Amino acid sequence: MRIAISAAGAGPDAPAEERFGRCAWFVIFDEHGNVQESIANTARSSAEGAGVKSTQLLLRNNIDVVLTGRVGPKAMHAMLNGGVVVYTGVAATVNETLEKYLNGQMKPLAVPNARQHAGDTRSERLAT
Amino acid sequence: MIIAVASGKGGTGKTTVATSMALSLQDMSSEVTFIDCDVEEPNGHIFLCPQITGSDNIYIEVPEIDRQKCTRCGKCADLCAFNALLATSDEVIVFPEFCHGCGGCRYFCPVEAVTMMPKKIGTVEKGLAGRVKFARGRLEVGAALSPPVVDAVKKHSTDQGIIILDAPPGTSCPVIHSVRGSDFCLLVAEPTSFGLNDLDLAVQMVRSLGVPCGVLINRARERSCLIEKYCREHELNVLMKIPLSKDIAGAYSRGIPLGAVDGKWNKAFRRIYRDIRELVANEGNNRYQR
Repeated sequence: MRIAISAAGAGPDAPAEERFGRCAWFVIFDEHGNVQESIANTARSSAEGAGVKSTQLLLRNNIDVVLTGRVGPKAMHAMLNGGVVVYTGVAATVNETLEKYLNGQMKPLAVPNARQHAGDTRSERLAT
Repeated sequence: MIIAVASGKGGTGKTTVATSMALSLQDMSSEVTFIDCDVEEPNGHIFLCPQITGSDNIYIEVPEIDRQKCTRCGKCADLCAFNALLATSDEVIVFPEFCHGCGGCRYFCPVEAVTMMPKKIGTVEKGLAGRVKFARGRLEVGAALSPPVVDAVKKHSTDQGIIILDAPPGTSCPVIHSVRGSDFCLLVAEPTSFGLNDLDLAVQMVRSLGVPCGVLINRARERSCLIEKYCREHELNVLMKIPLSKDIAGAYSRGIPLGAVDGKWNKAFRRIYRDIRELVANEGNNRYQR
């Protein structure tokens, strides 16, 4: 099983990222908690459909589970259809998030918990 | 003669200027056409009160995937620049909201599993407001792709007479599709810092399209020369000023065009049209001499 965590940087010590489609990196682990690789999220700069493109990236990399914060409607639709299981409630760092997941403390997500474009830096600035 | 009325910043008075200008010019030319290119929020009809005589639906073509033929190779999803396709191990999912209708997925599908199906993204209506020919585009609610609707409504411009295009605000694709191909672009600016910032963006956009432009200052105040200073520095003509006035604002809020507030505005718009015609002619000569 392959687990991806949305992150602001590469490696297990990087800060975890709330945003799914527009996170900078995905840090990948196996189910035993061994770090396998970090994948740069090439989809994050898309004008539209960053969530869909990020899902495609995860599918290409055979990801089964993603740990993140906010997922918009289209990304959710994409991951449900693509068979990627989503958990939310990331901790401060990638490592802490993984620990939280392995202890069963993260929430499974089946419906979107963010609106479209919630992860755009522009709308994020407007929201705060 | 096609004159696009644009701004950069929203709410500077494009529609007020475009509609008042169209009405003022109807005695000057055998044919005046007003085209509302602000398809996301068309409002020229509020001032012109046209009788709508016909409408057409506007479509783009979005892909439909034949699941029997599709091999899930994912070529279409890789190719799509707008992330409208997702290839999973079971099927290819289409997100029609993102699709720009380019047809690349159909062209490159190795097993011909893609067919293009029409999807309605808007309507174009035409009509008559007095002697002014009227056309407006209207984007379908939920559709995000306005340039094809802008292009469709612009097809109502003819080779004859005067055509006034009311452009949307901003400097992005819908505006470029509106302004492109015009003989002149009249930029409506307001004397505020925001107004100046967005005027500068609009000038850069219009100049890179190669369309000659000039500036109309709306809500002009006696003591502000913010826009004039910018225009001097950038070799732009200030063609007209409309003062900040309670009467004009009141009339605007009731959908009354400027010419109906005071007949002097009809004269002013006829004069600005003559000035624009001259500027366009000079531009043509200069180009010829170069």
